[in-house]
Amino acid sequence: MHSRARRYESELQSCGLEVAPVEFSDYHPLKSITVTDSKSRRGARKGSTSSSSSSSSSVAPDPLSSMLDGTDPLSMFAAASASESPPTLSQSRKRREKEDEVGVDFEPWSSKRGEILARFTTTEKLSINLFMGSEKGKAPSLASSAVSEKVRTRLEELDDLEEGSQRELLNLSQQDYVNRIEELNQSLKEAWASDQKVKALKIVIQCSKLLSDTAVIQFYPSKFVLITDILDTFGRLVYERIWSMCSDPRPLPDSFTADEVNDTAKETCLNWFFKIASIRELIPRLYVEVALLKCNRFLTKCGIQETVPRLTAMIRGIGDPLVAVYARAYLCRIGMEVAPHLKDSLNKNFFDLLGTFRQIHGDSVQNQLVLQRVEIPVYLTLYSPAIHWILQCVSYRAPEALLTEMMERCKKLGNNALLLNSVMWAFRAEFIATRATDFIGMIKDCDEAGFPQHLLFGSLGRSLACADPPEAERLPILNEAWKVITKVRSPQDYINCAEIWVEFTCRHFTKREVNTVLSDIIKHMTPDRAFEDAYPQLQSVIRKILTYFHDFSVLFSMERFLPFMDMFQKDSVRVGVCLSIMDVFIKHQQEPTRDPVILNALLHVCKTMHDSVNALTLEDEKRSLALLINGFIRMVSFGRDFEQQLSFCVEARATFCNLEPVLVQLIHTVNQLAMETRRVMRGSHSRKTAAFVRACAAYSFITIPSLTSIFSRLNLYLLSGQVALANQCLSQADAFLKAAVSVLPEVPRSISIEGKLRSSEGFLLDFINNFLSALLVVPDHPEAGVLFLVRGLLNMVQDYTWEDNSDAKVHVYISALPLLAAMSQESYLYSIPKVDSNETLYGGDPKFLAEINKLCETLIGQVLDHLKTLGRDESIHRQGSLAFSLFGCLLAHGDLRNNKLNQLAVNLWNLSHKQGYCNTRTSVRTLEFIKHQAQQPDMVHLSDVLHRLTLQSRT
Amino acid sequence: MNILNTKSVILFAFHICNIISGLLCQEVLAGVVAIVSKEAVQHQGITLTMEGIVNLQLSSKSVGVFEAFYNSVKPIQLITSNIEVVKQGKVPGGKTEIPFEFPLHTKGNKVLYETYHGVFVNIQYTLRCDMKRSLLAKDLSKTCEFMVHCLPQKAKLQPTPVDFTITPETLQNVRERSLLPKFLIRGHLDATNCVITKPLTGELVVESSDVAIKSIELQLVRVETCGCAEGYARDATEIQNIQIAEGDVCHSLPIPIYMVFPRLFTCPTLETINFKVGEFTCNKYKSNSATVCGLPMADRCDSLFLCRV
Repeated sequence: MHSRARRYESELQSCGLEVAPVEFSDYHPLKSITVTDSKSRRGARKGSTSSSSSSSSSVAPDPLSSMLDGTDPLSMFAAASASESPPTLSQSRKRREKEDEVGVDFEPWSSKRGEILARFTTTEKLSINLFMGSEKGKAPSLASSAVSEKVRTRLEELDDLEEGSQRELLNLSQQDYVNRIEELNQSLKEAWASDQKVKALKIVIQCSKLLSDTAVIQFYPSKFVLITDILDTFGRLVYERIWSMCSDPRPLPDSFTADEVNDTAKETCLNWFFKIASIRELIPRLYVEVALLKCNRFLTKCGIQETVPRLTAMIRGIGDPLVAVYARAYLCRIGMEVAPHLKDSLNKNFFDLLGTFRQIHGDSVQNQLVLQRVEIPVYLTLYSPAIHWILQCVSYRAPEALLTEMMERCKKLGNNALLLNSVMWAFRAEFIATRATDFIGMIKDCDEAGFPQHLLFGSLGRSLACADPPEAERLPILNEAWKVITKVRSPQDYINCAEIWVEFTCRHFTKREVNTVLSDIIKHMTPDRAFEDAYPQLQSVIRKILTYFHDFSVLFSMERFLPFMDMFQKDSVRVGVCLSIMDVFIKHQQEPTRDPVILNALLHVCKTMHDSVNALTLEDEKRSLALLINGFIRMVSFGRDFEQQLSFCVEARATFCNLEPVLVQLIHTVNQLAMETRRVMRGSHSRKTAAFVRACAAYSFITIPSLTSIFSRLNLYLLSGQVALANQCLSQADAFLKAAVSVLPEVPRSISIEGKLRSSEGFLLDFINNFLSALLVVPDHPEAGVLFLVRGLLNMVQDYTWEDNSDAKVHVYISALPLLAAMSQESYLYSIPKVDSNETLYGGDPKFLAEINKLCETLIGQVLDHLKTLGRDESIHRQGSLAFSLFGCLLAHGDLRNNKLNQLAVNLWNLSHKQGYCNTRTSVRTLEFIKHQAQQPDMVHLSDVLHRLTLQSRT
Repeated sequence: MNILNTKSVILFAFHICNIISGLLCQEVLAGVVAIVSKEAVQHQGITLTMEGIVNLQLSSKSVGVFEAFYNSVKPIQLITSNIEVVKQGKVPGGKTEIPFEFPLHTKGNKVLYETYHGVFVNIQYTLRCDMKRSLLAKDLSKTCEFMVHCLPQKAKLQPTPVDFTITPETLQNVRERSLLPKFLIRGHLDATNCVITKPLTGELVVESSDVAIKSIELQLVRVETCGCAEGYARDATEIQNIQIAEGDVCHSLPIPIYMVFPRLFTCPTLETINFKVGEFTCNKYKSNSATVCGLPMADRCDSLFLCRV
């Protein structure tokens, strides 16, 4: 085969498209040219361009241009939400002026729920006592112990049991209890759905009755949460039912008045209230009525307004202070939901609470605590959620004066730590922060035996974490607080409190103070390995520090930071902490660093992460770890000190040998280093730099074999070979490319990609094509034969066990032809500065060209053989397309003046068109191309060819 | 209120429009008789019967078991009225609705009393709808009760607040007063003349108590008196018992008294020749956790006069 001579430059020029001058200020190919009322559209982003786009033509807007008009779907959403939110805001503001609605800044109950459930738990056995039957037998019988009476009640009970309605469940674990309550919730919904309204009411009454039982008092807050869930469900069901009764002509508006409600609905509603009013026991009656509070809207305009104060007063009848305070919390909660404007009854609730505060220390409570073996501090904390909630409701958007008054009233009560704690929790953080010093004074005055002081400081710290106290007071506050905190004996209590104050410290002070705090924490948590029980808190400490300290040189210069890290001794926790550190580092480190402190520390951190990888680690986990470590490696730069960078890479390789993506990253880094060196030396290496780039090549060469992924290995060999070549390391480049060729046979026929087995053929072809194009510039080794790499590659291709029935091998042969054609040119398409390619080495030696031609002939021979076999089988379609691609190759690269070649090309054309499987459009375009080419002076012979090529239409 | 005749599948029902909230005397009872059937129904006439009856029952406590059983007093008829809605004939298939109206007029000087369901006295108004049919088919009948409220009182009600004090000395059902723990409960009712639709309200303060309080309850009791040949029987029975305080409540803190009068089981205080309903009384209970007396302690309180405004 003879390849035609190419003049790449002139070809490039003739093929290039005409350069049309473009006015950039006005024209954008994707921009709409329609006249649009761009002012009404949201064209803010485009600015002036949109107004100037008013050309007169009225082409229909294509989808792309309409998207570019500043109204792409994403920005449209953004625009929509932006345009919607202001009106809703102003609306709600209007409404708030009218009736003080609850805004988003009110922390909802739902967020407290989980917290309470998680905090108040018990290991003691619980019991549920439900009497679904009638209540008549339960009233204290009036001295009538006649036999008949007894028999009657027994019979009744029997009846009830038959209904399966009365049961007493004893010895339930907490989880069982929760499940039972959930079952009740379900059966409530079922009863309601099956129209058994009375049964539903009974379930609710029985559930709320459970709230009067204070056995296993530690669990009471959680019990309250569970049961009020049921009550909420019930309240909602009743409300919705009555509401749906009035929706006959059209649904009621949200802001309906009682006048719009029809009589049937009113009567039903009234019926509910009559039923509730006759519930014998106080607590169920109270709770159920509160649950139905919203339904008062159906009856009268000011129904809620009258009911809430009455219910508030009713709670006074509850003797047990804990039960009462939770009932108040429930009333406040529903009150806030239904009628947030009724501030007075909220305040009344709180003042009533203060009025009955002495009950907490009454005899009956004390007796109960002794009986249940609960200590006073534990008992007092049971109150916290309820009082927090009440105070939160009271203080919500309350004027400063009211808050001050509340605080004064709390102060006056003896043993007010419990209240003080709730005040700090519930009141606005700013309010607390400005009076922080006062609060510290008050906390100190509190009785040691009652409410635990560290909880008080915890609450104060929580407020101070959100709002800033006056500048001058900050240090004294920290000192005072820490004085108390450091004295807390129990490590668990200590860390709970310290964790909160870390935020305040980080927020306002420098690393010195934070360091002190850390050392104090270490001191407390190390004895008896107390840290083992406090990992979540310790992790939170780290998180808080990381939020405030983004400068890692400052962070790691804290002496105590790393010792603090050493406390995380459980592997999973340790890795978690490392992950969060690296995450912050990658997010916030803007510039590459060479700070030895940072490097050492982070290397340590990364090593921890790396060492956590074992056989059981999931792929995803590995990937995310590798991602973080790669991020770190990319951030390391020693500037001009390339050698140190290389030695860092050596160290990193040793450290992270188990994570393949990291090794890949390291090889890339080293390759980049070599190229950087080349750039610095402007292409000509000194002796020293030449040795350095060879060291780089050596690094890559010994690292690549340790990768398991065959394609990463192949690609890296090729890439490193190219880098070596660019740096004039010829023997290294040879070694890389040879290694790549020798690895080729190992490529499996299928590889797993994202868990699925896929054929590797496509990847392999891609790689080989890539490799071939690189081979153009690789000079032949003087001692090896001519084109030894190309031959080697082709031999490997021949020996490779390709998939059965695959044309891949032939495709490789066909794609090798352009390479060979390019090699036979006088001057090559591309070359590497300061590296002599074969063009200079051989200088167009005829022997060399003959060698190439021989090789081409062999290849074409192989392809033709293959075409023949295809003709024999029933795979004519494949034959046609292969023949056409060989034809294309010959047309582009072959010298068709050669008769033999000319004849071959025509035959191939005919072969490919014989069966009519050919794509007519491609054929037509090919013919056009040939016609175009034939017009050039030295290509006239093509017109002859053109005459011999016939186009067979499929018809 | 449906009757399903299985043979010919006739759905026979009637419906009173203004049944739900109760009728005032002098008002008109209005409604509709509905007949749903696939085929035409042959009948001997459809009639509506309205009846108002006072049933008196003697208590076994006052007259003895047997007398109570046999000697029940004759029911007193307050009102009876009968109209034929449709004459003998045929009702076509499909759904037929026949509206009707009944004026509540009494015979002579008799007065309509308010609907009331007590233990010994029952005042009940019913409306019955009958469809007479030929010998071979069963007659169809349907009954429905309706409520009657008496006319509101003209005179304005004067609130009559009353104060009370409960101590061991004021208790009535205790034998050995000396064994009782010391306590003092004060309080007041806002009114003893109560409007039946409005709740009973008041306040109560536990001033002192030697032992822990378990519960304070409010009991609503009705007193029914039946007159008969042998004299009259007077009985007090509990209607409703409401707990107003649970557990050891805070001392010297006013606790609200609040009770809604249950419908049907209460009616305005009523006094006639033959029977008397009223003297609703209100009792207070106090149970102590101490087992000093074992029994709950009750204190009779004031009788209430109920009326409708």
